[in-house]
Amino acid sequence: MDFTLSKQHQLLRDMYRQFAETEVKPLAEAVDEEERFPVETVEKLARYGFMGIPFPKKYGGAGGDVLAYAMAVEELSKVCGTTGVIVSAHTSLCCAPIYENGTEEQKMKYLPKLLSGEWIGAFGLTEPGAGTDASGQQTTAVLEGDHYVLNGTKIFITNAGYAHVYIIFAMTDKKLGNKGISAFIVEKDFPGFSVGKKEKKMGIRGSATCELIMENCIVPKENLLGKEGKGFGIAMKTLDGGRIGIASQALGIGEGAVEETIKYVQERKQFGKRLSQMQNTQFQLADMHTRMQAAQFLVYSAAMKKQAFTEAALAGKKAPSYSMDAAMAKLFAAEAASDVTRRAVQLFGGYGYTREYPVERMMRDAKITEIYEGTSEVQRMVIASNLGVK
Amino acid sequence: MKIIVCVKQVPDTSGKVAVNPDGTLDRASMQTITNPDDLNAVEAALTLKDETGCKVVVVTMGPPPAEGMLREILARGADEAVLVSGREFGGSDTYATSQILAAAINRIGVEQGDIIMCGRQAIDGDTAQVGPQIAEKLNIPQVTYAADIKLEGETITVQRMLEDGYMTIKVQTPCLVTCIKELNEPRYMSIPGIFECYDKPMSVFDYETLKDDPLIDPTTIGLKGSPTNILTSFTPPQKGAGMMLPGAEKADCETLAGLLAAKHII
Repeated sequence: MDFTLSKQHQLLRDMYRQFAETEVKPLAEAVDEEERFPVETVEKLARYGFMGIPFPKKYGGAGGDVLAYAMAVEELSKVCGTTGVIVSAHTSLCCAPIYENGTEEQKMKYLPKLLSGEWIGAFGLTEPGAGTDASGQQTTAVLEGDHYVLNGTKIFITNAGYAHVYIIFAMTDKKLGNKGISAFIVEKDFPGFSVGKKEKKMGIRGSATCELIMENCIVPKENLLGKEGKGFGIAMKTLDGGRIGIASQALGIGEGAVEETIKYVQERKQFGKRLSQMQNTQFQLADMHTRMQAAQFLVYSAAMKKQAFTEAALAGKKAPSYSMDAAMAKLFAAEAASDVTRRAVQLFGGYGYTREYPVERMMRDAKITEIYEGTSEVQRMVIASNLGVK
Repeated sequence: MKIIVCVKQVPDTSGKVAVNPDGTLDRASMQTITNPDDLNAVEAALTLKDETGCKVVVVTMGPPPAEGMLREILARGADEAVLVSGREFGGSDTYATSQILAAAINRIGVEQGDIIMCGRQAIDGDTAQVGPQIAEKLNIPQVTYAADIKLEGETITVQRMLEDGYMTIKVQTPCLVTCIKELNEPRYMSIPGIFECYDKPMSVFDYETLKDDPLIDPTTIGLKGSPTNILTSFTPPQKGAGMMLPGAEKADCETLAGLLAAKHII
C-alpha cells in the first residue's frame, strides 16, 4: 500500500494551494460578510479547469480523477468553505449524474458547457416535506406528448440562481413510491421554472441556497435522465459521490482551521509565553491534526474507490460499491471539522469569537457538512446497513 | 513560428539561504523555484501562443531534477521541453552557459518568425548576461527589459523599460527578448495541463548531442571553460538607516545642504 501522491497529484496540490491562497483567500471574509456568491472566482476556477476535474477530455473535462477533484475541494475549502461547495455541488451533483446516467446526446449537449465552467450546475431533490426521507417527493412530472410538465417546489438548492442546469427529481408515478421517481435535466430558461427565496444561513454564506419553483414547467422528453422510475436510484448514487465532495469540503475546513491556529499560537503570548509553548495548546493541536489526517485518509480512499467504481461501471463491469466508504468519509470528516473548528475558536480565545479572524467563520461553515447531502445520522444508517446490521 | 523560452531553476531565496564553506550556494539544501523573471518570459510566450497558436519550446540547463520544473512549465501550456544536462556542462559561468544554450537552441532550430525569450536575470546570480550572450552567439538581434511585446507579422514591437523611461523598438524575427516582471502576470498551471504534462515531449541534450556544434568546445564550456572565478563570497554589510528630514522651509533646506556639504557630496 502506497500513501504517496503521484507526481501529477503533487503538482495539483501545489497549484490548488497557490490558486486558493492568491485568488480565493483574499475574498473569503467579504464573501461571508456580504453573503455574496463569488462570481469572479468561479470565472477563474473555470479558466483553470476546476469545474470539470474528474471527467474525460472528450466532454471538455480536465481528464483527471476523483482524487484530484477531492483534493481541489479540500484545498479551496481550507480558505473558503463557500468556494468549496460551489465546485462540489456543480461537479458531484450535476455533472456526475449526467456523465454517469446520461445518453450520449445529453452528454454532448450539456457536459462541454458545464465542464468548461461556462455553465454552473445544481441538483434539486430536497422538498419541504422530503429531506432525509427523500422518497416523500411531492413534485410531479406528467408526460404530455413530446414533453413532461413538472409541478412542485424544491428547497435548499445549492448554486440556485447562478446555475444554468438543474438535475430535478419528480414523481412520474405516485403509486409506485420510490420506483415512481424520475430524474430530469432542467435548464433555467425552461418555461415555468423559477428561483424562489434565498435562505439566510449560518455558514457558507456566499453559497447561493434558494427555493426552486416549477409551475407547469415544460421539460422536453429527451431531458429525462436515465429511465422513467429510476430517479431514486440516480439520486442515491449521485449522493454517494456528492458525499465525497462534502467530505473533502469538511476536510479542508478543518485543515484550514488547524493551519490558522498553528500560526496564531506561535504569535499570541499570555503569562509571558507563546501559547504554542503551553502543553494544552500542543496537545489540542496534536489531536486536531491527527483527526484531520485520519479524515484525509478516509476521504482519499473513498475517492479512489469511486474512481475504480465509475471506470468499471462505464466499461460495463462490476466493481465493489464505494457507498459505505463515502458515508464513512463524510461522517468522520464532517464531525472532525466541527470539533476541530470549535477547538480552534477556543484556542484563539476572545479573538476567535470575533469576525476579525477566520476561525469563527470556519466553525460556522463546518456545521453544514454534518447536515447536507445526508446528515451524519443518515451516514450511520448507510454504514450500519452495509454492515448487515438491520 | 515558434517560441523558445530559456528558463532556470534557482534556489528559493524567500526561504533560508545556505552557503557552502567555499562561498558557493549550497543548492542541495535549498528549495528550488523557477526563476521569477523566466516565468514572465514563459507567460509572454504562452500569450503569443494563445493569439497565434504557435509552438512553445522551453529549454533549461541543469541537473536531472530540473525536469520537475520543465514539467510544471509544460503544465502551464508549453508544448515541448528540452533539458540540457551533462557533467561536462557543470560549473559553467554565464559565458559558458550561453555558449551551451545557444548550441541547444541551434539544435532545436531557429527560423524566420521565431522568437527566443529569456527572463531579464536570475535571482541567484543576478547578472542579466545569459540572454544577451545567447543572442550574440546566435548572431540574432536582441531586445532587453521588455515590458510590452506586440507581434506584427514577422516583426515584433517591444517596449523596453529603462530607469528613466521607455524605449520602443521594432525588431525583425528571429530575435531574442529578455522579459521583466512588468510585462505580465504569469498564469498558474492548469488542471488539464497537469494531467497532460507527463505525456508531452521532453528531450535531454547531453554533451554527445551537442558536441558537434562549433560553439561546444571543451575549453569554452563547464568549469574549465568559464572565465569567471569566484575568489570569495560574502554577505555585504547592512546599510545604516537613512535619515529623514521633514519640512520644506528654507531652514530645512539649509540643514540638508549642510549635511550634504559635510559629506563632500555638494
